[in-house]
Amino acid sequence: MKALAKWIADGTPWVWLNAAAVSASILLVAGLLLLIGVRGMGHFWPLEVQRIVYQQADGSELVLAGQIREEEKVTASRLRESGLEVAEGTEFVTRYLLKTGNRDVIGQDFRWILEPSIISTGKPQSMVVFEREEWGVFIGLLIGVREAGQLLEDADVWGSFQNRLDHANELRDEIRDLEKSRIGRVNYRLERLRLKQRGLEIKGRDDAAALAEIESNRIVLQKEYEALEQELGDLYTRLRSDAVIVTTVDGQELELPMSSIVDAHRPNQMNLVGKLGYFFHNVWKFIAHDPREANTEGGIFPAIFGTVLMVLLMSVFVTPLGVVAAVYLKEYARQGLFTRFIRIAVNNLAGVPSIVYGVFGLGFFVYTLGGSLDRLFYPEALPAPTFGTGGLFWASLTLALLTLPVVIVSTEEGLSRIPRSIREGSLALGATRWETLWRTVLPMASPGIMTGMILAVARAAGEVAPLMLVGVVKLAPSLPLDGNAPFLHLDRKFMHLGFHIYDVGFQSPNVEAARPLVYATALLLVVVIVLLNLVAIQVRNRLSERYRGLES
Amino acid sequence: MTQQNKSQTEPMPGNHLPHPTAVSVTDLDLYYGETQALKEINLIIPEKQVTAFIGPSGCGKSTLLRCFNRLNDLIDGCRIEGEILLNGKDIHADSVEVPELRREVGIVFQKPNPFPKSIYENVAYGLRIQGMNKRRQLDETVEWALKGAALWEEVKDRLNDSAFGLSGGQQQRLVIARAIAVQPKCILLDEPCSALDPISTLKVEELIAELKEQYTIIMVTHNMQQAARVSDYTAFMYMGELIEFGATDQIFTKPRLKKTEDYITGRYG
Repeated sequence: MKALAKWIADGTPWVWLNAAAVSASILLVAGLLLLIGVRGMGHFWPLEVQRIVYQQADGSELVLAGQIREEEKVTASRLRESGLEVAEGTEFVTRYLLKTGNRDVIGQDFRWILEPSIISTGKPQSMVVFEREEWGVFIGLLIGVREAGQLLEDADVWGSFQNRLDHANELRDEIRDLEKSRIGRVNYRLERLRLKQRGLEIKGRDDAAALAEIESNRIVLQKEYEALEQELGDLYTRLRSDAVIVTTVDGQELELPMSSIVDAHRPNQMNLVGKLGYFFHNVWKFIAHDPREANTEGGIFPAIFGTVLMVLLMSVFVTPLGVVAAVYLKEYARQGLFTRFIRIAVNNLAGVPSIVYGVFGLGFFVYTLGGSLDRLFYPEALPAPTFGTGGLFWASLTLALLTLPVVIVSTEEGLSRIPRSIREGSLALGATRWETLWRTVLPMASPGIMTGMILAVARAAGEVAPLMLVGVVKLAPSLPLDGNAPFLHLDRKFMHLGFHIYDVGFQSPNVEAARPLVYATALLLVVVIVLLNLVAIQVRNRLSERYRGLES
Repeated sequence: MTQQNKSQTEPMPGNHLPHPTAVSVTDLDLYYGETQALKEINLIIPEKQVTAFIGPSGCGKSTLLRCFNRLNDLIDGCRIEGEILLNGKDIHADSVEVPELRREVGIVFQKPNPFPKSIYENVAYGLRIQGMNKRRQLDETVEWALKGAALWEEVKDRLNDSAFGLSGGQQQRLVIARAIAVQPKCILLDEPCSALDPISTLKVEELIAELKEQYTIIMVTHNMQQAARVSDYTAFMYMGELIEFGATDQIFTKPRLKKTEDYITGRYG
């Protein structure tokens, strides 16, 4: 009894409690990372294709092929309730989620199968998984390849298929280049021309000479456009002339145009090295490619790009503003009731829910400021809004406002950590307050400023709610940075990883296909934020290294 | 903020100095908010001599010192009445540019306060602020100042290293070099040796003896022996008042007032 009292009096239980709290936090974070890591990365691993003979409820046999995505135990009673027959005496039944693909043939690409109904399984070496532009994957067997309408008489069907696929991919790259950059540029210039004409009309300066000049320019561009269109048409004809003949596992024969096939692999023939190679190939495609099929297939490059660009712009807006505000509050403003009130207000601003900032951004930035900008500078484009609608600029500004308190507070902290003797030393040498601030105080406060930026970046990169109101879309037709002057298009809408997660996970028509993408995207979002932070932390450490010894 | 008090009171009797006047203080009162920190100070400080302020902690020595380059202006709620003439010019006059004044009156604090820059840039700081940009001119002045502070030999091979790498004594001499680089007329030393070890203290004291050839030096010290060793004149302050001022020999050997004698002999303080 005495020992227990002593044990409590020591404070040992407190130490244990604290240690337990720390361990719990670490476990939770590690568990979170592990979950999204495993689930997200698992999506890219080439699973083997099973050929399954399956007994349906009515007794008939069905041949299926697919990848087993999930496995779970369900109670027999639940199955009985839903009208399935389960042998007496069993309590639990294992069921598998089979990704069969072939949505165009069988109308769905996932199905649950019950273990007791499986008659036999196998892994035929020749099973092929085709990734397609639409309808999801096709799982089946490759029968033949048609080049320009002619069936190729080649013993090595897979080899000739690979050959033609490479060819098709080259064509596709050319088409993308043509569509995105060259035709895009002509279209952009045509649009500018239209706006110019409209602008002249509004100002009443649309005299014959000006119109004639615009018209001649337009004719030149139209010609250019027609030539490009012709080129594009040729490429498409060449791309569509090839096809592959495939059968589903139950013998249905189909002809898939080569233009629809993005990639293909035979998972059952791959060894570990091959699978690893394919895994990294998939990861790379996910990071570097555009999304397809309502974001459920393909990559998320535009979302990564949008997130990073938006965060960078946000930092560019928030840092000068926050630093200047903090310097005024700390260095110049007379410390009194009013500054205390402002400080409290700033701190409270950090606690305002982010959606409120979104509403403010929409109401003030987009409608009021953007609307006025449009009327003043872009009247020719009206009624179509230029800045009067959500876009990169307004989103960055809204987030800059959201993170402003963080920057102000940590800059103020950085400033107050500088000893008075340093300021007095500088002033005593005949420096003015401004010179002291600029040459000594601000450089020494830079680690504090960087800390503020790190916190701001971490908060801004993960924010979704306000962005939905001020410029994020589920699919942006073009990146906000491209080769058309003025290169950085602040008025464009953009994609964002956080919103992408929401969109893919909850707004997607194909829930089963999208689920792994949610994890993969979440993982990527975490990675992007960690990378942004690491860069900022590195910079801060360099700065504090330079000003070390300050604390003494 | 400051109120001109033009009443010409005679300096304290017996303060007739054989040297030209550098600073003269007349009827100086200083308030921090409601509390009066300096009361009716009248003082004449001779040129190119070392004047020491002694007295117990909180007696206003440092406050008085900081009046000479108007560093007290930075403190909220600080109010000064009275007159301070530097070489005959009122330092509180509207025409005075405070940065200009501070260039003429350098200060060195108790704890060395080098900037987080290289040794070279620390010394060049004040010069750059004055607009000196030419590399050769800067090099020469930096070398001259470092030699003047008896630091050149120790740092000439590592001018571009951080000033934080120096020892406390070296840092203090660097700060002195920084102060003399801008060629002031007067140097204020606020307990310059209290954070230093005996050897560094000795070096700084030797330096002070050399510097008085060219500069008027006013120093605050807690160390009675130091005041006796290095100063030519000594002012004893107590509770914000100037009790006695005179040649150091006289103050330490035959003080006129009982209070001074008690303090010097260690009876209080």
